[in-house]
Amino acid sequence: MKAYVPLDTSAVAAGADAVATAFENNGVDVVRTGSRGLAWAEPLVEIATEHGRVAYANVTAADAAAVIDQGQDHPKCLGPVAETAYLRDQTRAVFNRVGEDHPLALAKTTVLQDCLEQSPEALIATIETSGLRGRGGAGFPAHIKWRTVFDTPGEQKYIVCNADEGDSGTFADRLLLEGDPYRLIEGMTIAGLGTGATKGYVYLRSEYPIAADIFQSALDSAYAESILGTDILGSGKAFDLELFIGAGAYICGEETSLLESLEGKRGEIRIKPPVPAIAGLFGEPTLVHNVISYACVPAIMARGGDWYASLGIGRSTGTMAFQLAGNVQRGGLVEVPFGITIDQLINGYGGGTRSGRPIRTVQIGGPLGAYLKPDEFATPLTYEAMAALGAGIGHGGIVVYDDTVDLAAQARYAFEFCEVESCGKCTPCRLGSVRGKETMDAVIAARAEGRAAEDKLAIIDDLCEVMETASLCQMGGMTPIPVTSAIKRFPEDFRP
Amino acid sequence: MAESDQSREAATRVIAERNLHHVGGTLRALREVLLEQGYVDRADEHVVADVFNLSQAEVRGIVSFYHDLKTTPQPPVTVKVCQAEACQAVGGRALTARVEGLLGVDLGAANDRVALEPVYCLGLCAQGPSMMVNGRPVARADQCNLADEIGA
Repeated sequence: MKAYVPLDTSAVAAGADAVATAFENNGVDVVRTGSRGLAWAEPLVEIATEHGRVAYANVTAADAAAVIDQGQDHPKCLGPVAETAYLRDQTRAVFNRVGEDHPLALAKTTVLQDCLEQSPEALIATIETSGLRGRGGAGFPAHIKWRTVFDTPGEQKYIVCNADEGDSGTFADRLLLEGDPYRLIEGMTIAGLGTGATKGYVYLRSEYPIAADIFQSALDSAYAESILGTDILGSGKAFDLELFIGAGAYICGEETSLLESLEGKRGEIRIKPPVPAIAGLFGEPTLVHNVISYACVPAIMARGGDWYASLGIGRSTGTMAFQLAGNVQRGGLVEVPFGITIDQLINGYGGGTRSGRPIRTVQIGGPLGAYLKPDEFATPLTYEAMAALGAGIGHGGIVVYDDTVDLAAQARYAFEFCEVESCGKCTPCRLGSVRGKETMDAVIAARAEGRAAEDKLAIIDDLCEVMETASLCQMGGMTPIPVTSAIKRFPEDFRP
Repeated sequence: MAESDQSREAATRVIAERNLHHVGGTLRALREVLLEQGYVDRADEHVVADVFNLSQAEVRGIVSFYHDLKTTPQPPVTVKVCQAEACQAVGGRALTARVEGLLGVDLGAANDRVALEPVYCLGLCAQGPSMMVNGRPVARADQCNLADEIGA
């Protein structure tokens, strides 16, 4: 008998190591895998049967013997894993292999050989056809960055992967790094071929130690098989890739701050322009993308830009790895084409709140994302539709709150987080966050005394305008979004 | 200079020198000092400044920027409780208060046995409230035997 038990953080944090040991002690061969993304069901154990793999949810070590004995009659059985309601209708272009086998046992390359024979122009043209936009948050067209790096002369061009996944409500990067690291290595190598860059770095946050171990092992194996190095698969072409671990700073997810940190300095942001594609790491042309952006590349190269562009809606092409988080019954990763509605995700996949109470709001796109109201949940998730609401998709994280949430406390938290994580370079962010928190404290205190503090709310309004228009980067520039969206949509929370 | 100070300085110098020609060498070296010594001492900063030919102020600036780079000896146990939105939505603030009570330490403070730190996201946002105990991630910390998990 063979069992598959995830080794990723979401499973380990729910006790998967003890579960794996329990199955081994019962004479079962255990393969550790990445997570399928059903975080709510972790540890999710799969047992190989003659009809394919069968899944069991929330398995404990004490369940092992009964799962082995009872098979599909066990109450925790979800049936064949591929047929579960959560996975059945997903379109997995990026996460299709995650969970199938040990992350280091997956095929190291899929289309690299073919890409080695193509010109940079051809590779860039495929990316342009696909319509791929950056998955880190800004949604900038990927091919423009690729072409800029390719066209800009430089002694040593770089490929940098932003794996500083600091947005609350997001874990897609971690899931990929822990479940299919070769996908990222292949995507970054192809990006190197497409832009003329021969060196790459993955900047990973220190909060993800398991991801760091798995990715480093994947790098070592890739070098051992000449998938990386000076002579990729005997082609004579070179690409070196290295893992760099951060030291705890949310702002290092901002690309210029990340580059400063990668150079070993304080992670203070740089003034743009010039953009990194022209003057990035050590002043050289540098392609900076998020993990998922690079991980999209092998599938696009394998199945064609037209195929990718056929998914999604309008200029939001392809699939997006949405992450359901917070107070949601079935939280996890849902990779589907753009255009799915918020409601389909949080009520369909998510099953509503975990607490069983009504959903009052969702925050989409991390700590700098907008709070939305239930009457907006029919909105299709595309860059354009979200922009029309004054919101964004960001890195695809959706945090669900029930009706016990206090939006004034959330608005205060937005300022507090900005205060803690501001790099300090520009005044609107460094001081605006502190003044905003203090003023929000005054609003909350007045509310407790049964007074409305309209004068203080007017100050918040002014402050938000200054931060939005005068901050040097999105940290200060977007902190007003959660604040003003909460005040606008939930005015009653800011008054007695 | 005490013998232990000398051996620490020598160890830090070895770390700094092996990172000298590495991209991001200063930050790599400081992280390695942290992992090896538990914290970055002022003397370590001076060694890194010397090896990398930087001013002491520049190295101090790097150390003070990053949350991870502690500058004082740390107790044997570090408990990090997530303070970010996804955990707030499922009782992260209540969990923090419970942990504070069990440990007898306020968030952001430490005693000789344990440090209680805020962390902003552990990537367990669908399984909150979450925390990390000496690097070990714990999901649904509201449901576990909290006293056992944090050794209180």
